[in-house]
Amino acid sequence: MKKVKYRHSTSRLLLLSVAFFISFSVLGIAQDEASQDAAAGSQEQTEESSEDSSAMSDLGDPANGKSLFNSLCAACHKPYSAGIGPALHGVTEKRDMDWLYRWIKNSQELIASGDDEAVAVYEEYNKTAMPAFPQLSDADIDDILAYVEQPKPEPKVAQTGGGSTGGESSGGGVSVNVILGILLFVLVMLLAVLFLVNKTLRNFAQASGVVVTEKPKGKPIWKSFVENQFLVLVSAVFGLLVVGWFAYGFFMQIGVDQGYQPIQPIHYSHRIHAGDNQIDCKYCHSSARTSKHSGIPSLNVCMNCHVTISEVSPETATEEYSKEFYDGEIAKLYDAVGWDPAEQDYTGEQKPVKWVRIHNLPDFAYFNHSQHVTVGGIQCQKCHGPIEEMEVVYQDAPLTMGWCINCHRETNVRMEGNEYYEKIHEELSKKYGVEELTVAQMGGLECAKCHY
Amino acid sequence: MKNLFYKAIVLFLVGGVVVSCADSDKPNYQYMPDMYEPIGYETYGEYDIFVNGQEAKLPVEGTIPRGWMPYDYENSPEGMANAKANLTNPLPYTEDNLNEGKALYTIYCAVCHGDNGDGKGILTEREKILGVPSYDDIGRAITEGSVYHVIYYGLNSMGSYAVQTSEEERWKITHYVMNLKNELEGGEEIPFEEVKDASIAEANPVEVERAQQNAEESQGEGAALTVDEENNN
Repeated sequence: MKKVKYRHSTSRLLLLSVAFFISFSVLGIAQDEASQDAAAGSQEQTEESSEDSSAMSDLGDPANGKSLFNSLCAACHKPYSAGIGPALHGVTEKRDMDWLYRWIKNSQELIASGDDEAVAVYEEYNKTAMPAFPQLSDADIDDILAYVEQPKPEPKVAQTGGGSTGGESSGGGVSVNVILGILLFVLVMLLAVLFLVNKTLRNFAQASGVVVTEKPKGKPIWKSFVENQFLVLVSAVFGLLVVGWFAYGFFMQIGVDQGYQPIQPIHYSHRIHAGDNQIDCKYCHSSARTSKHSGIPSLNVCMNCHVTISEVSPETATEEYSKEFYDGEIAKLYDAVGWDPAEQDYTGEQKPVKWVRIHNLPDFAYFNHSQHVTVGGIQCQKCHGPIEEMEVVYQDAPLTMGWCINCHRETNVRMEGNEYYEKIHEELSKKYGVEELTVAQMGGLECAKCHY
Repeated sequence: MKNLFYKAIVLFLVGGVVVSCADSDKPNYQYMPDMYEPIGYETYGEYDIFVNGQEAKLPVEGTIPRGWMPYDYENSPEGMANAKANLTNPLPYTEDNLNEGKALYTIYCAVCHGDNGDGKGILTEREKILGVPSYDDIGRAITEGSVYHVIYYGLNSMGSYAVQTSEEERWKITHYVMNLKNELEGGEEIPFEEVKDASIAEANPVEVERAQQNAEESQGEGAALTVDEENNN
């Protein structure tokens, strides 16, 4: 009866260790969630408190002021830091209310009238003219000033939570390898422990006089296998097929870069820009409409928005990438383009960003973006995959010749509204006896179309 | 037991080999890449002989390529006021132009200015970029000229869109923006103009003149060729 116990000991130990592992990992996940909840809770609290304080202002309605400020003033002004115009917090203490009304409604008139204060401000901010706002009433201006004069909200607690995750993620790609290595090491250790446990148990059994009976050794399985010639033949054929399969698979993936995901000099997230913010692909890759190349946007396109967006919002940060991490990446952009966020001006020192090109065709293949994007009307995602979900871009399609040709065989040419195809379509349709022409029928498989 | 031990080791080795081969950081190896690498300079390429290593070099200042005219108004408050008062849209107001303007507007402008031009694009809704005014803002009172001027140079927080759009495309966007402004103000629908060929060459006398010259030149070449051919025959 005791033998049974010994025989199952290894499998039981394995099961136990697996359970042990799972229980620990579950604990870890639960802890993460708990800390997240706590952070979210504290964030809500701070928001509430800021709303409380805003209600106390006596100038006007800060909520209305906020919407007015956001649509009219925020392009140049920030409440607590200087932008194109000065920081506005505390302006009601510095200036007379009547002066403020006049200035906001038409600052140029005030300057022209020779008001000393107005001229001084105009000179101080590089003679940048502030547009007139004749549509604002005194009450509206009161509301805006009420919003501006709110005490600065304290930095949200959620950011500190983001900081701690940032520490973990700072390793980036390396940490995954480290974790894998540790796991491997743990598993090897576990095996060794199992082996030792088994050994000591046997020793223990020997010492206590219990005899662990060994199975009587029958014919080894490999010997009986060799003696069965049919089995040998079948397995040999099977083995050859398997080898052939893997050899073919190996040769067919040479030179295919599907899944290629290099590390870029700046961590640019397509997920945030094209996914969350729904910026059209052609906004940045504008030359895809008109050129053979769908170019990488030059840095002035980045600065179209990032002149005002110098840091990401706390909600954008994820488990893996913290707010501090993203802010650092925007700082890298400023460094490359030579923008000084404190002075709000270009320094003139530029360093081009050395992006790593992912989608590469050999030089002997000709591909033209504009005739696929503008004329063919093909969605970007068809060839580049779900780019709006990619935190880091990888090559989604294999970009092999077979892949190109498959699509040319299946895709119909967009004939409607294109004068160029009017005659051709009629004649070719008659020739092939079809309504719609595929690219292949238009000659899209001829060598010289892509290979000169 | 020993059997299990050896099996596990083999499994780990196989797993290790598989993991170490699947490396997505580097491009795959190639077999005899004869004409894979370009000999000529690649667009956006990096080469030591150029300034800053960039293949893309700036043209000499003051040069004018064919089919492009410099923009006369300067980037200053005076230039802005001048453009606002004097600059008009050379493109006829046709349905095609308006539709193309709408498509371009949706790509480049609607993220901030909103599909209706009321300053409520997705970026302002999400409070990423603030201070985007509506097109019917009285204080700004935009005109065709000022819209084009601002697209060309940018204004304060807005950057220049001269890189992403061509001259003709900017004028199409201007048409659509003025149309949106009209809608926001509740004005009557502007009737389309009847024009056969709605291209910039039709409306721009300088362009037309130039095109005629080109046509004459090419005709001259054609004539020369026919003479040559006759000689050959």
